[in-house]
Amino acid sequence: MFLKMLLGALARQKRKHLMIAFTVGLGVSLATAMLGVMFDVGDKVNQELKSYGANLNVIPKGASMLGEMYQLGGDEGGGPALSELESDFIREDELYKIKMIFWAYNIVDFAPFLTLGVEAGGRQVPLTGTWFDRHLSLPTGDEVDTGMTAMRSWWVLEGRPGDEADPGGVLVGRELADALGLAVGQTLEARAPGGRAATLRVRAVFESGGDDDRGIFAPLPLVQDLAGRPGLVQRVEVSALTTPENELARRAAQNPGSLTRIEWDTWYCTAYISSIAYQIEEILPGVRVKPVLRVAQSEGAILSKTQLMIILLTLLTLLCSSLAISNLVTANIMERSVEIGLLKALGATGLSISLLVLSEILLAAFGGGVAGYLVGLGLAQFIGLSVFGSTVAVKAVVIPIGALMVLAVTLLGSLPALRALLGLRPTEVLHGR
Amino acid sequence: MLNPEATFILDIEDISKIYGPIKALQNVSLAVRPGEWLAIMGPSGSGKTTLMNIIGCLDSPSSGRVTLDGLSLDSLSSGELTAIRRESIGLIFQQFHLISYLTALENVMVAQYYHSLVDEREALEALENVGLGDRAKHLPRQLSGGEQQRVCIARALINHPKLLLADEPTGNLDETNEALVMDILRSLHRQGSTIIVVTHAPEVAAHAERTVVLEHGRVARDTRSPLLQAKA
Ligand SMILES: Nc1ncnc2c1ncn2[C@@H]1O[C@H](COP(=O)(O)OP(=O)(O)O)[C@@H](O)[C@H]1O
Ligand SMILES: [Mg+2]
Repeated sequence: MFLKMLLGALARQKRKHLMIAFTVGLGVSLATAMLGVMFDVGDKVNQELKSYGANLNVIPKGASMLGEMYQLGGDEGGGPALSELESDFIREDELYKIKMIFWAYNIVDFAPFLTLGVEAGGRQVPLTGTWFDRHLSLPTGDEVDTGMTAMRSWWVLEGRPGDEADPGGVLVGRELADALGLAVGQTLEARAPGGRAATLRVRAVFESGGDDDRGIFAPLPLVQDLAGRPGLVQRVEVSALTTPENELARRAAQNPGSLTRIEWDTWYCTAYISSIAYQIEEILPGVRVKPVLRVAQSEGAILSKTQLMIILLTLLTLLCSSLAISNLVTANIMERSVEIGLLKALGATGLSISLLVLSEILLAAFGGGVAGYLVGLGLAQFIGLSVFGSTVAVKAVVIPIGALMVLAVTLLGSLPALRALLGLRPTEVLHGR
Repeated sequence: MLNPEATFILDIEDISKIYGPIKALQNVSLAVRPGEWLAIMGPSGSGKTTLMNIIGCLDSPSSGRVTLDGLSLDSLSSGELTAIRRESIGLIFQQFHLISYLTALENVMVAQYYHSLVDEREALEALENVGLGDRAKHLPRQLSGGEQQRVCIARALINHPKLLLADEPTGNLDETNEALVMDILRSLHRQGSTIIVVTHAPEVAAHAERTVVLEHGRVARDTRSPLLQAKA
């Protein structure tokens, strides 16, 4: 009987129930999309931030201090003088090993740098040699393309990107190009402190938005020649996909020796920034690997802020759905006040009628919820593709959360109507007053 | 213990019902014996429906006492009143109030459902008793007004109420259907049902053995039908 009444009411008030289903569906689709993105956004934002620069700096052990000074802006004049000691450099021909550590596949890109102060156009200018886009054939058989071009994806180039096959082609920063009146295609002379000189041809003028705009980037061999440091680089930037730090990672970062054997294994086999750093130090003796904390920290901050925002938006969406449902359910109850009054007159308790009405609404709501979930999956892909340029893997945990949300939203939305239902007096509706 | 008041199935003592400034009922007393057929008449607004609501446990009086089948209704909660209504009262409405998306049979079964257990065979029998055995699967909108009212009567009777209350049961019916409905009530009366009918129509009231006339919320007259008295 209950079922007959339930189905009868559903069929009779098709439009109202469809509206309820639609409202819930809309809310759930948005919530699914947002939660789907939220649970996946960690990876997405990580990838996104990786493309905005290195998160590991590889420097020679001996040159740590100098390197850090360089990091803090030593290129005001035109870069620091080069050290005379071989131990203050890293050997270029060993760099491929970075791609052979345990977490090799988490190394997205890396590029070496050698910066020399040169005289060009009548002023002191930092000239940096690097790999633009180097192809490496590893002993493991893997083929790798890596270099600075991919790690400076946000640079705005006017002209053509750097090319390994063009030994004299350089990229000039916008500020410097403007100061020297340089344009793409023109050449300039660069004179090194030791007296060596080279002719540089401007492949492109770039805008990085930072200090780099005052310097020149050239193929590594050109700068090594000018500096008289063949086969040597000063530092290497490594961009890696990392697992967010936790307590274990922090302890390990301070002192890997303090871990138990099992903890150590866990740490070593997890892509923490510290374990990746450790492995690079293992494979390249004589270097120190320093996480670039700015990026690592802002990653976490941006991530939690993004997630907080998504949660707030989801809650807001659900609140709106609740309000809309509240209207629909109230209208539904009002329209059926005579029927409800009759059931009460026939001896039905408020509770049993509430159950009937709630089942009806929940049935419609879950129908809408399932449809909304499917739409939300699509929506999540759309958001993923348009915001992050990749698909979003919606986690299964979204389903129970979604079901709970439908339940909460529907119950919350039905509350005012249920109160009206319980307070409804049969005498007021049955005699056509 | 035998309650002496149980000789009346319904005993109303000095009840009043007040809606703000309006006195819908004033000091009404009325006692009804089991098996009695009572008609309540009176002009519109005289308090007939108000009285029926109180008798039917849908409402409570502002003052006075009501005893139904030996059970005092004073100071009962609405939940307790609902339980008594479910067990003891059958309601027939002027507007029938059938549930539009349920068939005639299912409309009868709803009353069973909220009373105890649904029994399709018994519900069908109830429809046959009011001459609607062949209309069991029809929806209300496929039935005439007279047929709908008979479904309503079948529903009111399905749980064997002690008291059958009908507020203007023939108010929306033509003469033919009115006659059909009155026939059913008459046969119920013969079988011993206690019936209270509110009506405007003297010819409907004429079927009853006793007529109470309300005016301005007071009992103006309480008469026994001479015709039926003569028959007795
Ligand atoms: N719920 C109510 N609120 C206010 N006034 C009411 C209410 N119910 C009935 N009344 C008033 O009580 C009086 C009696 O009403 P009613 O019992 O419906 O009369 P009848 O059924 O005889 O036409 C009328 O004046 C009516 O307006
Ligand atoms: Mg009335």
